[in-house]
Amino acid sequence: MELQEEILSILSENARLTMEQISHIVNQPIDIVQETIDTLEKNQAIIAYQCVIDWKKIGKQRVRALIDVQVTPQQSYGFDVIAKRIAMYEEVVNVYLMSGAYDLSISLEVDSLEAVGRFVTEKLAPLDFVVNTRTHFILKKFKEANVLLDTEGPDNRLHIAP
Amino acid sequence: MDLESKLSPIVRDMAPSGIRRFFDLVTQIPDAISLGVGEPDFVTPYHIRKAVTESLEHGPTSYTSNQGLPELLTAISAYLEKQFHLKYRAETELITTFGGSEAIDLALRALICPGDEVLVVEPSYVSYEPCVVLAGGIPVPVATHASEGFKLRVEDLERRVTPKTKALIICFPNNPTGAIMTAEDYAPIVEFVKKHELIVISDEIYAELTYGGKKHVSIASFDGMKDHTILINGFSKSFAMTGWRIGYIAAPEVLWKGMLKIHQYTALCAPRMSQIAALEALQNGIQECNNMMQQYDRRRRFVVHSLTEMGLICMNPEGAFYAFPSIASTGLDAETFAEQLLLEEGVAVVPGGVFGPSGTEHIRCSYATSLERLGEAMKRMTRFVDRKREKNADDLLRLG
Repeated sequence: MELQEEILSILSENARLTMEQISHIVNQPIDIVQETIDTLEKNQAIIAYQCVIDWKKIGKQRVRALIDVQVTPQQSYGFDVIAKRIAMYEEVVNVYLMSGAYDLSISLEVDSLEAVGRFVTEKLAPLDFVVNTRTHFILKKFKEANVLLDTEGPDNRLHIAP
Repeated sequence: MDLESKLSPIVRDMAPSGIRRFFDLVTQIPDAISLGVGEPDFVTPYHIRKAVTESLEHGPTSYTSNQGLPELLTAISAYLEKQFHLKYRAETELITTFGGSEAIDLALRALICPGDEVLVVEPSYVSYEPCVVLAGGIPVPVATHASEGFKLRVEDLERRVTPKTKALIICFPNNPTGAIMTAEDYAPIVEFVKKHELIVISDEIYAELTYGGKKHVSIASFDGMKDHTILINGFSKSFAMTGWRIGYIAAPEVLWKGMLKIHQYTALCAPRMSQIAALEALQNGIQECNNMMQQYDRRRRFVVHSLTEMGLICMNPEGAFYAFPSIASTGLDAETFAEQLLLEEGVAVVPGGVFGPSGTEHIRCSYATSLERLGEAMKRMTRFVDRKREKNADDLLRLG
């Protein structure tokens, strides 16, 4: 169990380390590490390996919006079915069931403000069970997936220090 | 006017630090990956910086008492007791200093009379010997050996002690070797110190950085040893606070009084802002310190494994953040190894001879650098070592 946790913690910081590197870090043979990761993947403790991207750096504009959604559960289906229906849209990055005034919180990533508008008016609002929406645009990202953005200065330590 | 002749001969004749020459070389290669840095790569935790900016906004910017802020001294006293079972009175046994460096200087100047001998365990941090010389003493190097895991052995001390010996400087966990001393390792050393009535200057700046469940043992914690010890510690390494220049000394009252006299005339007090930072570190920083430890530990295992795999003999360091492999098998001496590695592969390490004669076949690799950079550095080093070995084998064949 400890090894599983240690490996997950290492991968959560950097999923690009090689099996060999991870095996060095945890001090276990490569096949044990491979086996552990296989198990974690199989039981979906590891859901996916993704990359944290700052699109601005390659001159691409991406618009991220958070949308609060109020819904009315129908007789034949509850929040789960509704949430899964909304999650099917490819622009949707996250869907959460929330406590508070709104029922679902969605985040959306598209390439323009207009695209957000189109999504809300053409895809989200027409759904039978959607009662009300409230859209927030993200103006600037400071931290994404646990990584601070735009703060990485050069290593200003001396090259050699006793 | 001949300004040279105005310099004190002690200063004039002092050799510049061996690390300096290497430093100059590295600065000419701006993209080098440096494993030569003896300080954390982490920035001081945010809550510590915040405590200082808040304090600055509210104003007190004056001197503090010579020893330091009373609340900080109380916190240090509580910390030493909790972590290392040491009992020091805040009012009469502790002084906050400009990092561990001032503390080393204070201890030596308070103790040394011209001609006194000081046993300096090496390989060691580069400032002990020069500070002994500046204090008018005679440094007497005491070797530790790779074959013994660079632990201090009483036989080596016995060989070097004379009636003129007054003090012994130790640093465990050790920079550059990563060696630690357990209670068993210390037992004969403690007897030796008592028998010869020596004062131990114990630099414990890496005390929080030990691995594999091994806790740091302070030599001052042995029965009767408090009276024989000047303990030096600080915030630089464990709390990633090198630039704040804040450390402290703990010593029995008589020695404390002596050192306080020097401190009050030469430094007055440690910077107030840094004292505020230190207080916040002790009150709320232990968790962050443990998080950094976890990162160092991962890097340590990675680096030691990688060095071993490239065929270098590397003792498993149990403290600090350095690996100290032997490079003898490459046929190069450490200076040449470090210089060629830098020029050919852009990786900077520190040749072990800088830290004393027992380090001449070793290099110091600091793993206070991100895993990504360590990964790249190890890849380049493997390539380099393979190349040198091949060349060495060819040369031997040709000679044979």
